[in-house]
Amino acid sequence: MSFRLTPVLTASWGSERSWTLAAYEATGGYQALRTALGMSPDAVLQLVKDSGLRGRGGAGFPTGAKWGFIPQGDGKPHYLVVNADESEPGTCKDIPLLMATPHTLIEGAIIAAYAIRAHYAFIYVRGEVLHVIRRLLRAVEEARGAGYIGRNILDSGFDLELTVHIGAGAYICGEETALLESLEGYRGQPRLRPPFPAISGLYGCPTVINNVETIASVPAIVSGGVEWYRSMGTEKSPGFKIYSLSGHVARPGQYEAPLGITLRELLDAAGGMREGHELKFWTPGGSSTPLFTAAHLDVPLDFEGPPAHGSMLGTTALQIFDETTCVVRAVKRWCEFYAHESCGKCTPCREGTFWYVQIFDRLERGLGTAEDIETLLDLSDNILGRAFCALGDGATSPVTSSIQYFRDEYIAHYEQGGCPFDPVASTVFAGAGVS
Amino acid sequence: MSGATDGLPSTPGAQQGSAPLVVFDPRLGPATAAEDPLSPDARQRVRERAAEVIARYPRPRSALMPLLYLVQAEQGYVSADGIRLVAEILGLTTAEVAAVVTFYTMYRRRPCGAYVVGVCTNTLCAILGGDAIFQALQDHLGIGNGETTEDGMVTLEHIECNAACDYAPVVMVNWEFFDNQTVESARELVDRLRAGDPPMPTRGAPLKTHTEVSRILAGFPDDLADVGPSAGPASLAGLELARRRGESAPPRPGASS
Ligand SMILES: Cc1cc2nc3c(=O)[nH]c(=O)nc-3n(C[C@H](O)[C@H](O)[C@H](O)COP(=O)(O)O)c2cc1C
Ligand code: SF4
Ligand code: FES
Repeated sequence: MSFRLTPVLTASWGSERSWTLAAYEATGGYQALRTALGMSPDAVLQLVKDSGLRGRGGAGFPTGAKWGFIPQGDGKPHYLVVNADESEPGTCKDIPLLMATPHTLIEGAIIAAYAIRAHYAFIYVRGEVLHVIRRLLRAVEEARGAGYIGRNILDSGFDLELTVHIGAGAYICGEETALLESLEGYRGQPRLRPPFPAISGLYGCPTVINNVETIASVPAIVSGGVEWYRSMGTEKSPGFKIYSLSGHVARPGQYEAPLGITLRELLDAAGGMREGHELKFWTPGGSSTPLFTAAHLDVPLDFEGPPAHGSMLGTTALQIFDETTCVVRAVKRWCEFYAHESCGKCTPCREGTFWYVQIFDRLERGLGTAEDIETLLDLSDNILGRAFCALGDGATSPVTSSIQYFRDEYIAHYEQGGCPFDPVASTVFAGAGVS
Repeated sequence: MSGATDGLPSTPGAQQGSAPLVVFDPRLGPATAAEDPLSPDARQRVRERAAEVIARYPRPRSALMPLLYLVQAEQGYVSADGIRLVAEILGLTTAEVAAVVTFYTMYRRRPCGAYVVGVCTNTLCAILGGDAIFQALQDHLGIGNGETTEDGMVTLEHIECNAACDYAPVVMVNWEFFDNQTVESARELVDRLRAGDPPMPTRGAPLKTHTEVSRILAGFPDDLADVGPSAGPASLAGLELARRRGESAPPRPGASS
């Protein structure tokens, strides 16, 4: 299969005043909403099921199935919550989408709420992105002013309230049940599942939580139809996806392509590695997905490809590092992140991530021993599968995968009494053009 | 934010009446309500806006986070008196409110500078130059992580991934993006902040002070949404390449183009 880029979500990011309602409507915006409101909620749900759309927040759960879990005729309020917390290290697709075309998300949210018969929707956006928040708040006001939000939307009889909830700095609030706690005004600590949010979510009511990119894909699916959507991607992973390339590549950025594209093809699009350097390791989908190396250049980046090779598609956040980068340093920093962001609720994650940092500190200062590597693996065994939520599991990914592929580099740290790498060489301003 | 380091939110019995409420965070040291009460005007403003915030939600307690931003917009940080006010408004105990304040890093527990400069030192930015930038700024300003320059203009801290890795290394000032920084550009940035001549963010609007920003984060935006670009160059990298190569998604059925 030969690939090409397929900008759909990103197609108007560069247009004049793309964030405004006028610009969005000029390119057919809110037509999908009209189409959807002309269908029954169940028909919209079936369309999304048939499209095969899968969640873009990391786990790839089928979106239509998730919506279908919401009990109907139960007499309880239903809620839609859009997860715009985007904080997984490396992930940088939802925030530019909200900056450039917030109406794509809002239109998708209205359609999704209609399909699950929710009359209240929330967008939970991380707080550290001021201008994105301005644009999002403005877009919601514009949509309300145009009658797309509120009572009797477009004369359909459908009512919807939409509130933007602004976070306050906590990676764990991206985890869906911690997010709900936060939205209810509590510390953002995960809840026990089951019951799943579809049964008992916000305020104990049936709730759908979806990622920004998932919901933003819905208007295109409604307007393009199932066959069109499935003409991109693979059988089990249909559609288009925003791949975020960062690090030591010639042209980092957002590349929207069909699911199943490979890093080799994406690197070709991004102009290759920075001049004179070669690929060493990369994350296929954020820091919580086990590292890959140059051996994985041809793994199809769909929901099936990376798991067949010991990793995950995650958020398609490809953080790409060249041979100047010390993998121990990289992983240590991620460990510090997880230790800082651990919510403290469960022992394996709270204590395990703390000890990760202590051991990496020793290793980096050249004071480690062979035993430290075994202790890291042992700690990882005690976190993975025993943590209360996926933050703990994710924290083990960079540790175990880096030891798997680069054990020699760990050994070099204690044999040579410190880090064998020059940190200056891996900066973007290193010797300007030295190769 | 770290559960492991959250201190005891309040002294026993401090919830009622006007006993001094001690909020302790081992990272920040104690702050006492008596030192910095909200002015009557400030209380009034928060109460007036509170009704509007509460109306956004099906249940009042959901308004807790925006209310904390409103308090922060008055004092520059969330004081113990601010905690007490929010508790009063929502009918919660101060312990319940303090537990939330201590969980989230964007609620400040003591005064900070007019500009909070956050250098991303998560792995990707760190390796591409964030560590060098953070070190250089500490040396240049003579302050450490979380500290404020004597003129009260700049608080320096390191931050986690801010969803802009394709613009690494990234520096945030009052949560506006300064993309693709170098040691030199970051030094010049803080010099200009201290000189009262703040530069424009790469993708954003003219900088507001930290207190003004807190009001926006409470959901009361200014009118600057239309300022700035729709996207930076990295966000458009794929789109522009697709255009150059003549690639696109297949046409939608019935679409004219
Ligand atoms: C620690 C942690 C952080 C997460 N952060 C996010 C996030 O920022 N955005 C997101 O959409 N999903 C995040 N998730 C995944 C959510 O829990 C949830 O699976 C997702 O929002 C579901 O949306 P989807 O079905 O559309 O993928 C996170 C999960 C964990 C464990
Ligand atoms: S795994 Fe970590 S983040 Fe998740 S509940 Fe346990 S301590 Fe909290
Ligand atoms: S690592 Fe710095 S913005 Fe993502």
